[in-house]
Amino acid sequence: MSVLSKFASIALSAAVIATPVVAQDQKALEAAVKARQAQMTLYAFNLGLLGGMAKGQIEYDADKAQAAASGMAALATLDASRMWLPGTDNEAMENTRALPAIWAEGSDVGAKAEAFGAAVTAMDAAAGQGLESLQAAMGGLGGACGSCHKAYRAPKN
Amino acid sequence: MRKVIRGFLGLGLICAAAGLWITAPRTIDADTLDGLVGNAEHGAQVFWTGGCASCHAPPTGETDEVMLLTGGKAFVTDFGTFFAPNITSDPNHGLGSWSLTEFANAMLAGVSPSGKHYYPAFPYTSYARLNDQDIVDLWAFMRTLPPSDQASKPHDVSFPFSIRRGLGLWKQLFAHPESVVSADLTPDQQRGRYLVEGPGHCGECHSPRNVLGGIDYARWLAGAPNPSGQGTIPNITPGALDWSESDIAEYLSSGFTPEYDSAGGEMAEVVENTARLPQSDRDAIAAYLKAVPAVTNK
Repeated sequence: MSVLSKFASIALSAAVIATPVVAQDQKALEAAVKARQAQMTLYAFNLGLLGGMAKGQIEYDADKAQAAASGMAALATLDASRMWLPGTDNEAMENTRALPAIWAEGSDVGAKAEAFGAAVTAMDAAAGQGLESLQAAMGGLGGACGSCHKAYRAPKN
Repeated sequence: MRKVIRGFLGLGLICAAAGLWITAPRTIDADTLDGLVGNAEHGAQVFWTGGCASCHAPPTGETDEVMLLTGGKAFVTDFGTFFAPNITSDPNHGLGSWSLTEFANAMLAGVSPSGKHYYPAFPYTSYARLNDQDIVDLWAFMRTLPPSDQASKPHDVSFPFSIRRGLGLWKQLFAHPESVVSADLTPDQQRGRYLVEGPGHCGECHSPRNVLGGIDYARWLAGAPNPSGQGTIPNITPGALDWSESDIAEYLSSGFTPEYDSAGGEMAEVVENTARLPQSDRDAIAAYLKAVPAVTNK
């Protein structure tokens, strides 16, 4: 086998192997976006109960409030690194509003995630302790959600 | 023939004089604020209602710098690019050497200490509705803010909008300090009207404008294209906004929509301001928004 054809066969086999890997990567990226959006939906689902109580639209119930807040705290423990893979920004993919700045140098997304974790912990501690304590924790939680969305989410079209 | 020419000349002079008179910057009476004592603590509330920091904070938007109002943020419009000026207490580059009357003229009449018209990117058309005590309190608060010697950037505005004098005519046509909603309102709704139409200046973005940039008061708060060019700013009259009063008040406090998404775009910054208001003021804003004439978008 000539040197040239050897190179060609390596290149060819590499291409054959590479194609399914790329397709698999694409699937993993799409699954990651789906997973994090599902996580957001579940946050909103639990917040719906807490917020409804805070607004006086749902009668306050300490046990139910506590369960919803604990649910949020559990959600916050999910491994974020698998759901926020590089290459899942809104320039690389269509079905996400996540800005590339999340992964760019100087991104403070980690600090914002920590602040969110602290706000969820505060809500977990407050929700079962009476309506006023729940209401007082809403602002901090809203601020933590908002600060990340403001910096790292593209506006709706 | 000579008579006719003289007549034309005379008419021209009258028009020019009328033009000068119409476009001349008008200021408030010097004694309007006499006897009022500023309360800086309440002034802080006026400051957050007015959203001053949202425009005048440095463009980097670092939260710890939010009170160093060096300006510099760019506002790209159809008329040119405006840069928010330095409004710190620095005597040379900020407002440090201004008198209370000069500050009141800027806020209420859109006129600078040197007697020039400000461009209405500075929302004095709304601020003109502030009451005297709030002006005095706000001034007391502004004087407590740290100075910065960063020079203000000049606006980049093209002809003919570069002639500030023309803004006198614009003000005659479009600046109306009286209340927009004139229906019978409860005291709570009246408070909301003051906050929304005055310091909150909500109508500046949420109302459509005509080609000259004047607010279309017949479609008050009925939504408008986003001046940044991206998307639209929503209709918040009862013709489109079906949120309950408590939904609106919660949104202005935590930023959560009734679907528990969070406020986006410029509104995220507005919520950072309204979150600092007393709950009674957020409730008042919500009550007013329910009393605004419903407008539907085609």
